[in-house]
Parts: sequence; structure tokens; C-alpha cells
Amino acid sequence: MLLDVNPIDAYKALYEGAFGTKNAFAETLVKATPLLLVGIGICISFRAGVINIGGEGQMVIGALMGTALALQIPDAPAEVIIPLSLVVGFIGGAVWGALAGALKAYFNVNEILSTVMLNQIAIYTMNYLLNNTLIDPAQAQLASRIPQTARLSRAADLPRLWMPTRLHLGVVIAVVLAILVYILLWRTTLGYRIRAVGKSPRASRYAGINVKRYVVLSLLLSGGFAGLAGITQVLGVSHRMITDGSASGFTGSAGFNGIVAALFGKLHPIGAIPASILFGALLVGANQLQRTTQVPSAFVTTLNGIVLLFVVGSEIWTRRRARRRVAVVSSEPTPPARQTAVEAEPAK
Amino acid sequence: MIGDLFTASVLIGIAGSGIRLATPYLYAALGETFGQRSGVFNLGVEGVMLMGAFSAYWATYESGNNLLIGILVALFVGVLMGLLTAFINVTLKAEQGISGIGIFMFGLGLSELLYQIAFKGERIPIKAFSRINIPLLSDIPVVGEIFFRQNLLVYVAFALVPVAWFVINRTTFGLKIRAVGQNPEAADAMGINVTRIRYATVTLGGMLAAVAGASLSIAQLNVFQQNMTAGQGFIAVALVYFGSWRPFGVMAGALLFSTVNALQLWVRTRGIDIPAEYASMAPYLLTILALVFASRRVDQPAALGKVFERGG
Amino acid sequence: MNKRLLLSLILVVVLAVPVFSVSAQDDEPFKVAVVMPSTVNDLAFSQSMYDSLLAVQEEMGGEEAFQFVYSENMFVIDDAATAIRDYASQGYNLVIAHGSQYGSSLQEIAPDFPDTAFAWGTTVDTFVDQGIDNIFAYEARAEEGGYVNGVIAAMLSESGTIGVVGPIETGDAKLYVDGFKAGVLSVNPDADVLVNYIQSFSDLSLAAAAAETMLDEGADVLTGTAQMVPGAIGKAQEAGALWFGTQADQTSLAPDVVVANQVYDWTVVLDEMIAKIQEGQMGGEAFAITLENGGELITFNEDYELPEDVLAAAEDAIDQIASGAITFSVDEEGMLNVEMGEPMMEGTAEATEAAS
Repeated sequence: MLLDVNPIDAYKALYEGAFGTKNAFAETLVKATPLLLVGIGICISFRAGVINIGGEGQMVIGALMGTALALQIPDAPAEVIIPLSLVVGFIGGAVWGALAGALKAYFNVNEILSTVMLNQIAIYTMNYLLNNTLIDPAQAQLASRIPQTARLSRAADLPRLWMPTRLHLGVVIAVVLAILVYILLWRTTLGYRIRAVGKSPRASRYAGINVKRYVVLSLLLSGGFAGLAGITQVLGVSHRMITDGSASGFTGSAGFNGIVAALFGKLHPIGAIPASILFGALLVGANQLQRTTQVPSAFVTTLNGIVLLFVVGSEIWTRRRARRRVAVVSSEPTPPARQTAVEAEPAK
Repeated sequence: MIGDLFTASVLIGIAGSGIRLATPYLYAALGETFGQRSGVFNLGVEGVMLMGAFSAYWATYESGNNLLIGILVALFVGVLMGLLTAFINVTLKAEQGISGIGIFMFGLGLSELLYQIAFKGERIPIKAFSRINIPLLSDIPVVGEIFFRQNLLVYVAFALVPVAWFVINRTTFGLKIRAVGQNPEAADAMGINVTRIRYATVTLGGMLAAVAGASLSIAQLNVFQQNMTAGQGFIAVALVYFGSWRPFGVMAGALLFSTVNALQLWVRTRGIDIPAEYASMAPYLLTILALVFASRRVDQPAALGKVFERGG
Repeated sequence: MNKRLLLSLILVVVLAVPVFSVSAQDDEPFKVAVVMPSTVNDLAFSQSMYDSLLAVQEEMGGEEAFQFVYSENMFVIDDAATAIRDYASQGYNLVIAHGSQYGSSLQEIAPDFPDTAFAWGTTVDTFVDQGIDNIFAYEARAEEGGYVNGVIAAMLSESGTIGVVGPIETGDAKLYVDGFKAGVLSVNPDADVLVNYIQSFSDLSLAAAAAETMLDEGADVLTGTAQMVPGAIGKAQEAGALWFGTQADQTSLAPDVVVANQVYDWTVVLDEMIAKIQEGQMGGEAFAITLENGGELITFNEDYELPEDVLAAAEDAIDQIASGAITFSVDEEGMLNVEMGEPMMEGTAEATEAAS
């Protein structure tokens, strides 16, 4: 009896908050969109055997660059400003990802290390730009200058799909891209090579694949999708960039949670779609739970952790069942070898 | 202005505070090194650190400021968190990237929840580990001031480095750890119990991560606060890669990172005119650059992150 | 996937049941919802609002007359927007967005709920110039208490070196720091004020290290603002350096060295807003807590023996600010300027003399 709340109400709130009403369901999809975009990027990099945990930083840089561009062309029509911003956002994230890729391929710097560091560097870059170069001119004159950009022109708003909810075009973009990435990975030579590099860098090298190039490429694409997630949040949801000094204030930790969604989806872009919705629902429902029952937010965080551990822990049964179905071999994507070192040699 | 920076007293201050800042990273990263050498990738260090930080603080407070009890309780909680991590990663064979994030969220939430329940929002500072001046050594000019006027947990952290090296490289246990991390199937064939070894290393990692948290809440600081580790656990995981899974390499990484962090704080405190955001980037940037310019062997444990299926 | 989800939910139920018990239900009181970035017990910005809401509740006659709910830890700006929208649609009389980062969300949401009053802090912007008339603005004139703290700090500092630990340079943190600096320099123009914005609201150990750096540089008085300052306070206590608090009373964190705190009390602002709403005005007005209206209080640590002359100078500074003899303004570059009214100049001069 530590917290004064009715448990039935709590679970009702969690479910209702995620799926109960039209608005709740729309919010779940809005939350799922960046998770899916980051997640499909993660599918590419993890398939190439590269662990990209730099989604947060890539989202931030993508959003910054896309926003900066949109601020430059306030009078452009929607047909110009939206695609252009999205592309620039993608490029921003791609650059940030490719940086980690190049460090890994050509300087042997482990990508877990570099992406963790690059996340922080992205945060400080964001704080600097939002406090100086990109600051809203209205804020620059106030004593309590809030580090945020001006609102982007209305033309830059992603079209809303399901009035009056916030559901925006981003969710369609994400789903379409998930399908395209699926085709890329399993229906093209490029995709085949990416996966080959992930399965065995050495065999790939003997087969004449330029492993280093594919390491960079996979991080570039992975970062690009995270950057797209970032700029989509700006164009679809916040309509400006704003910082509270951390990355998660802007990203909602989608750069991390997208990894979880991708792994839930078995590193398959199509599988990442329901996984993102599930995880988005959990996040949205949890906030609703706090509002309805006034449990401390810490309780909600703990709950999410437990659910996550339980789901990932229970995979063993799914896996056992899968193994009984012996037939499935080729299309059942077992996680690739985490052979992260390009020049891997068996150590003593 | 820049000249001001490089007086002896300033350099001593920077080095001393670099060593203090390095301490939690060192504990956490050494613990993670054991886990990774045996093939278990645990991204949840941050969550375990927070549980350690809370439990040490709580136990110290409840026991009438008995710091030893604080550490012991933190170790115990570290064991529990380590066993949980091992159960999920080793027994349930979970995908280690996700389970790590789960452990992180669990620790982040639970430490704050327990704190709210135990202290009802009241903030009560405890009396933390004070600095111990090691007799004679602390009187050595410069060196004494930098190295021998620290708190107990700092000394222990650095003492653990050679111990960890010895355990990994010179003991049977260490040999088994390395075997399990390189080739679990072969190790299994040789009669090594892969599961048991991994449980041991992950639990040890949990204990050290918990002490890392304790070194914040009851040594470097004297309070607990929600999310007080502020990402240090993730940096610690990265430092294991920096150190190429070797205790001394990990120590070098932790020291480099922390000393640059201390340096940038100094630069800004002195009002030297560079934007605060740029200065804050420095430790992260330099850590990457250090690796770019230092050519090194890569010897990641071959089975890192992979699930071991016996007979599979 | 479904089976796993089901299993998870069952597990969660089992784990959580002992934690819960049944709660009571309500009537039709004045209902307030607040969204805040940190926790209700952060001993800083978020707690100051929570405590004030509790005070208002008591003032108005308990839960039958006044109810409030909160979403804490809403550091994800987008989640805060969702919460604000949700509260508005549930018919709360007043929805408070307690964080300057939430303003742009309010701007989007408020027009959709013309019957709900919103409040945004800390800022002066009500968006009324954009045709939105249901947003109140509120702010803390943090520079006022900062100035008073600065005056005391300068008089007590023997080394003339004073350290300030800040989060990022924005909002009431910036105002406080700027006011504090001005206060110090008004007493001792030669003082060395070391300011470090550590670029984090949460990193206690970085705050502690920043404080150590200042102590090593000879600072004997420290102050700081935001949730990570307990790190710096601990170092002040350890080194015997004096500490000045803001946002909440931080004496309990270091009873030996805390001299004074600027405490935020939002009840004056809340009372005014509630009165306006009950009259039918939903927004369009900006409020501030100040030393004059009692929303900002300087509390002194009773266990710290403040010399008579210093206390007199502090009270004098408070009086001058409250009476408008000292005013603060901000120029186009965001720099804080202090203007002294004519008759009161002597007061400050006296304080200066007393210091030397």
C-alpha cells in the first residue's frame, strides 16, 4: 500500500491511454513514427554487423540541419520546403553516422565508443546553435532567452492526416521507407552485400566486397534514417527546435528506443512496424497512467523496464518454438554476428 | 590568460580532480570488462550504478552514517542486479542490447521510486567518505597532492586495476573467462561451465557498478538524486572499448576522459573566452581523437554479445 | 507477439498489486493540472510549484474547493505537449506549463481549448499579440534575490573570489546568475566572480567538480542554480565555503555553510490567476513573483550568525528593490542592467562602506 491508486484503474489507464480513443491511438502512432524511422536504420547497421547507438545524436544533427534550411526559405511553398528539409535532415544524420563509420573503417575506432561520444558532441552543438546562431530573434532580446528557433513557416508543417489528432504524414513516410528498406536489404545486391558483411567480414572480403566501404555505408544510411526521424519530429510535431540542455528533451530517447523496436522486430524492417507501435503504445500509455493515477513517474519508468526485460527474456520460448519449426532457415533472420572489428583476428 | 592556466597549483588541481572524476568510470568499466571478456555485453551499467548509489546512500543514512554498511549494502544490491542481468542474458538468452536498456530503465525508475518511498521527498545529506592523506606519501610535493589526498574509494578503484589484470591474465578463473569469451563451444567441450563463469563475471560486474554508484552518492557527493549518474554508465561501457578490454587500457581511458573534463571546467571557470558548449565537447572529442592517433590491436572477445546454446 | 504482450501484462499486474490501494472520489472544485520538467521533490524549480499548489489548496479550504494533478519529469518536450492537451480536453480550469521549454506547445494547443485557461512559466510572453487570449504568463524575477544574495556574498567573502555554478545559460538561471554578479560587484567592484555553466541540469558530479575548481581558485563563497547544485553544495560544506541557495530553501543540505536562500513562492501568482479565471478572464496577462509582492523570500539560515552590518545591508538591498529604488532591465543583447534610483544611492554606499 505504498501508492494510493486502484490497480484496475491503472491498467485501464495504460491501455486507454494507448489505444482507448481515436486521439490516444493517434498519439501512439505519432510516438511510433520516430521509433520506426530510427529502427529501420538500425536494421541496416546491425545487419551489417555495426552497432549504431548514436541515434540520439544523429536525430539531433539531422533535425538541426533540416531546421536551419527550413528557416532559410520561409517563403517557399510546402512542395519545396518539406521535401528539401527532409532530405537535408537525412543528410545531416547521414553525415553524423558516416563519421562513426569512417572512424571504424579507417581508424579502427569502435563504433560503440564513437557513437556514444558523438551523441554528446551533438548535444553541445545543438545547445550552442540554439543559443546563438539559430536562436529565435524574439528570444534573443529577452533576459530569459529560451534556447529555441523561431517557429517554422506553416508551409513546412507536415500535413495532418486524421483531424483533429496530431497524426501527421511522417507515419506514412516511415512505413513506406520500412518497405523500401526491406526491398533494399533482401532484393538488391547492395542489401545482400550489407548482410554478407554482417555475417562474415572475412568471407565477404574474400568474395571481393570492399568491407570498409560497406561499414561506412551502413552507418551512413542508419544515421540518415535517424536524421530523418529528427527532422520529421520538427516538421510534424514541434514545428521548431528547442533544447532543455539534453538530447532526450527533444528526441524523447527515440534514438535508443528505436534500437529496442528494431530488435523486437527481429531486425526486420517490416517487423519493426508492429514493434514500434507496441513500444510507442507503452510510452504513451505510461504517461497516461501517470496522469490518471498520479503514481510517480519513477514507477512508470520501472514498469517499462520490467515489461521490456520480461518481453526480451521471454524470447527464449519463441526461439524454442521456432527451432522446432525446422523448415524455416533462410528467411528467419537470426541476429548477425557481432563481429564489430573490421580487421578482426582471433586473439590469443 | 592562457598562461594563467598552467601554474603548478592549477595543474595539480586539474590532475587531482581528474582522478576523482575517473573513479566511478573506473569501477563501472572494470566490472563491464569482466562481463565482456566472458562474452556478455551489458548496456545496463547505468541502471545498476543508480541502484548502487541509492542503496549505499540509504543504508548509510539508516545505519547512523556507517559508510561501511553503505558499501556492503551497495555490494549486495549489486549482486542482486548482477544476478538479474545474468539470468536474463545468460539463462533466458535475451538479446543483450535490449536487455541492457531494460536494466537501465528498471534501475533508473526503481532507485528513484525507493528513494521517494524511503525519504518522502526529504533531502538529507549524509557524511561522506572524507579525504585520507596517506602519511608521508601525501607530503611529497605535487605527486602527494595529486595522488595521496583522495577518499578511500578512489584508492580502492585504482588498486583494483592491477588486481583485475592479474585475475584476468594470471589465474585459472581468468583463463576460463577468456576461454568462454573467445569460444564458448570449445570451453564447454573442455568441461568449463560457461553459464557459471558468465554468472560469476556479470555478478562481479554488477557489484563493481554498484560501488561505482556508491562512489558518487557517499564519497564524491553526499546525497542521492534521481538520475544522478547522468549517463556515466554509458560512457563507462564505451571506455571498455577504448581500453581494448584490458584493465590498464580502461584506466588510461577513464583518466584521459576525466582529466580533460576537469581541464575544460577549469578553462571555463577562469573565464577564458571559448563558448561553454565547445569546452564541454572536449573530453568526448579527445577520447575519439586519442583512438584515431593511437594505433592499437583490436582483440574483442569473439563471442561478445552472442548467445551460447549448448549443443546447438 | 500477442502472447508475449499478454504475459507481460500479467506479470506487471502481479508485481504491482501490493503497491496499490483504492483511492477516493471527488466533487466539483477548482481543478488545476500542472506539467513540470523535474520531480515534485527536486528542491528546486518543480518543487517550488508543487509546494505552492499545496499551499493554495490549504488556503482555499482543502480538496473540496481545490484539486490539482501533476505530470512530473516531463523533460521530453513532446510528452509534455501531449499531457497539456490531454488535461485541457478533460476540462481542467487551469493548465499550467511549468517550464519555459513548453511555451511553443501551448501556443499550438491553447487556441483549440478556448474555455480552458493556460499558464506558462517562466516568461513574460502570453501570445496575446498573436490573438491568443487564454494564456497567462508568469515568471520569477530571479535577479532580485540573486542581487541580494550577491550583496551578502561580497560582504562575507574574504578572498574576493566567488564561484557560481549554473546549468545552461537560459531562463531564471541566467537571471539569477546575472543578478548575483551585479549584487557582488555593487559591493566590491574588484571581486572575481567565476561563473561556470556546466551544460547540464542533472550531472551532480560535474557540478561538484566545477565547485572544486572554484574552491581551488580561492573562492570562499559559492552559489548555483538548478537541480544539480546539491553536488556543489556538498563541496562547499566539505571545504567550509559559504553557500547561497535559490529556488528553494537548501539549508538542510549544508546546515553549516548555507547563509541565505531565495525561495520561490508562487501562491501570489496562483491566487491572482485563479481570481481572474473565476471572473471569466482566461489569460492575456503576465505575472511575476518579486521581493515586493512576497513571491520571492530571502530566508536566512538561523544557525549561521550573520554579522549585524551584513544583515542590515541585505535588508537594505531587499527594501530598495521592493520599493523600486533599484530596478533591473535587460538590453537588446540580453545583458542585465541595474539602475539605482537617486534617493537610495546612499543605502548602497553605506553597504559598501560596511563591507570594507
